[in-house]
Amino acid sequence: MADRISLTVDGQSYDVPDGCSVAAGVMQSTGLTFRQSVGGEARGPLCGMGVCFECRVTIDGEAHQRSCLLSCRDGMQVETGQQTASFAYASGSERRNVECDVLVVGAGPGGVSAAVSAAEQGRRVVLLDENAHIGGQIWRYDASAPTANPVDAWRTRLVDANVTITARAAIVAQPATNELLADVASGPVAIRYTKLILACGARERFLPFPGWTLPGVFGAGGLQALVKSGYDIANKKIVVAGTGPLLLAVGAYLCKRGADVTVLEQTPREKLLRFAASLAWRQPSKLWEAFWLQWHIGLFSYHPGCWVVRAEGAHQVHAVMVSDGQSTWSLACDALACGYGLVPNLELARLLGCAIDAGYVRVDATQQTSVPGVYAVGELTGIGGVDKALVEGQIAGWTAAGRHDLAADLTLARDTAENFVAALDETFSLRDELRLLPDKDTIVCRCEDVAYGPLQSHRDGREAKLQTRCGMGPCQGRICGPAVEFLFGWHNDSVRPPILPTTFAKLI
Amino acid sequence: MNYDVAIVGAGIVGAACARTLALAGLRVVIIDRAIGGGATAAGMGHITVMDDSEAQFVLTRYSQSLWTQLSPQLPADVEFVTTGTLWVAADDEEMAAVQQKHSYYQARGVVTEVLDGNQVARCEPNLRPGFAGGLRVPGESVIYPPLAAVWLIKQALACSADVRLGVTVLHCENTTLHLSDGSAVTCGAIVHATGVGADALAPGVPIRPRKGHLVITDRYPGFARQQIVELGYLKSAHGSDRDSVAFNLQPRKTGQMLLGSSRQYDTTDPSIEPVMLRRMINRALEYMPSLRGLSAIRTWTGFRAATPDSLPLIGPTAKPGHFLATGHEGLGITTALGTADLIVSHLTGRPFAIAPEPYLPTRFARSASHG
Repeated sequence: MADRISLTVDGQSYDVPDGCSVAAGVMQSTGLTFRQSVGGEARGPLCGMGVCFECRVTIDGEAHQRSCLLSCRDGMQVETGQQTASFAYASGSERRNVECDVLVVGAGPGGVSAAVSAAEQGRRVVLLDENAHIGGQIWRYDASAPTANPVDAWRTRLVDANVTITARAAIVAQPATNELLADVASGPVAIRYTKLILACGARERFLPFPGWTLPGVFGAGGLQALVKSGYDIANKKIVVAGTGPLLLAVGAYLCKRGADVTVLEQTPREKLLRFAASLAWRQPSKLWEAFWLQWHIGLFSYHPGCWVVRAEGAHQVHAVMVSDGQSTWSLACDALACGYGLVPNLELARLLGCAIDAGYVRVDATQQTSVPGVYAVGELTGIGGVDKALVEGQIAGWTAAGRHDLAADLTLARDTAENFVAALDETFSLRDELRLLPDKDTIVCRCEDVAYGPLQSHRDGREAKLQTRCGMGPCQGRICGPAVEFLFGWHNDSVRPPILPTTFAKLI
Repeated sequence: MNYDVAIVGAGIVGAACARTLALAGLRVVIIDRAIGGGATAAGMGHITVMDDSEAQFVLTRYSQSLWTQLSPQLPADVEFVTTGTLWVAADDEEMAAVQQKHSYYQARGVVTEVLDGNQVARCEPNLRPGFAGGLRVPGESVIYPPLAAVWLIKQALACSADVRLGVTVLHCENTTLHLSDGSAVTCGAIVHATGVGADALAPGVPIRPRKGHLVITDRYPGFARQQIVELGYLKSAHGSDRDSVAFNLQPRKTGQMLLGSSRQYDTTDPSIEPVMLRRMINRALEYMPSLRGLSAIRTWTGFRAATPDSLPLIGPTAKPGHFLATGHEGLGITTALGTADLIVSHLTGRPFAIAPEPYLPTRFARSASHG
């Protein structure tokens, strides 16, 4: 990132590194506040991966753009704050039609392995992803320090097998059977397919606590994604909190980028030790990975059995209150990176009518969902990380290409991966104290600024939505949905097109 | 528990009936799975006067005046805003209809203003240029119907009405209602305010579900200033049995744009139909091309309770003690208050504010029996 380009934010010109995301560019230029919420609060990026809609800005006159998904261009004009009533729109081309044998949605490990497996058997494969680079969240392209990335080897195979890779493409609707409509930067694209492989991955689960809407409070993976897209955290004090193995990975990564890191894991130490012991005989490679991360722990402090009860600050976070259930203390910080595990991105599977069991897409031994010809892999079928996604991607790719013989050989590998899922779920289950964190004024739905208090009296999620607007904003309940499920037990399984906000121009 | 009246259905019509009956001193219970969960949740919330027939005009006009009277009391979350309505005429033929509508409204005391093409453009700069003209009806308003229903029910509760939520009525035995939780409610009279569900408890009611699609955008404050409806809407709303779409855009208090409309008979499937959605959006783009750049964040469908003559069913049925308050098609939000007024007069003998005859369910008695 040697080259610098010019970015204009609110009329003021700034030099930012070429290749950084608009979100990172704005954070480097004017700070963490990107917009005012409907209730007038200052807000900044949270999820770092296009889910939360908190990083919306107006770009070159076009309002409501998710800045974390877009790269800075030289001369780009960005406006933060109140979304202005300007209605500029790119005139956009007509809907294009594309046909393929196998459409793969999501270019993380599951998606790339599925695409490669199907394409190497001679199928015409289209691979779509919302991001500018393939790799998904786990193998996200690191603009801050381009180093060897496991996705590079896969990219070579994708290219050799003639896979059509379409970046910055989001599926928004299903216009007809065996056809999906994608919102692509260049215009709407209708893709007809014979087989469909869903590798939509997961997002972080966020739980509301007082102060969690302050700029400077990010997702754990969210902050990592923003740093990878160009946000500089050198010498910043960062608290990484929540639960799950991701916290260690994020802590280690932020350390490497020069931050002063403290990790707070809500799971008690005893449960973590049991988990480590079970890994020792089931999954030696995972254990090695954990040890490797532990080695980095010399660089940062790691506290099991602790959680953040409040974030404090006037305009952005400057401290967090931490509890271990016995006592409470304050930790000063420049940023809080906070995630309570992962939840699968089920919107597309639901739109297609795939059966969901206990929060995950139901699949058979060939990764086929309840809808014939539609397969699901990776986090959609259970949060299990890279190894599980790679195996499932291969099984689905080969099955979609008619090579059941090859797919059958991987059954054992997948079963091993699934054992890991069960161990993860058990170890990192959320403690009940987290339900008590929000007070009546704590915002739960960040799009519409709906607080915890007014939600409490409702009998179900639909009533709460109709009467409080909870979940009615542009994120379509992606952030508050898992939160109200944890807090109140409300499930929302209704999904309607468009499954992501999209312009009328792209819906016709 | 004994009540004077049980109201089945807690949509806006049932809620309005509950409030008015309770204010009249009757002991009322209102029963439904949830408040405002049916067409009330789906509708646009446009309070408008319509002149498809004299009877429709009288009921919508009277109801609108009741909303205006009530508006100072409505809490902010009901989002009552007097936006006015702009009827857009695409050509000279529609302009002739504008003149006709204008004379009709003027003769009946409704303030309207005929606009030429330039005035329409100035009034709503995001409409495409070149319209023949339009009719502005400045006194019309917009509300958020689910919370209007909640408020009306709270008013009823303050007059010691009861509400039973989370239950459905399994069947009626004379004027005893048997509920899904095993309990029974005995009352003097039953008001069926069940929209398209009326048939379940009052078989033979001449109601057909008429499906509609809606889309709402992200916030673009100032994009449109008033409810904008194409004059061709009248053809869509009252025309044949065929599927139809018409441009109808409503600016919400939030700055969001709510876009309709579509009409379809002969389906009870609530799914979004991509073909209808596309037709509806394309129709809107013909009127307002700059909508292209607005971000649509959510779509939904709902079912209007349509009757053969486009007038609601309000009043007693052939079955003693059973009253209907349904069949409002696309005007239930507007006419909820007038309906409630008629129901009170039917139940208490209080003089009718408007003539009840055009809305009596018994007008269809020859073709159907009401249980």
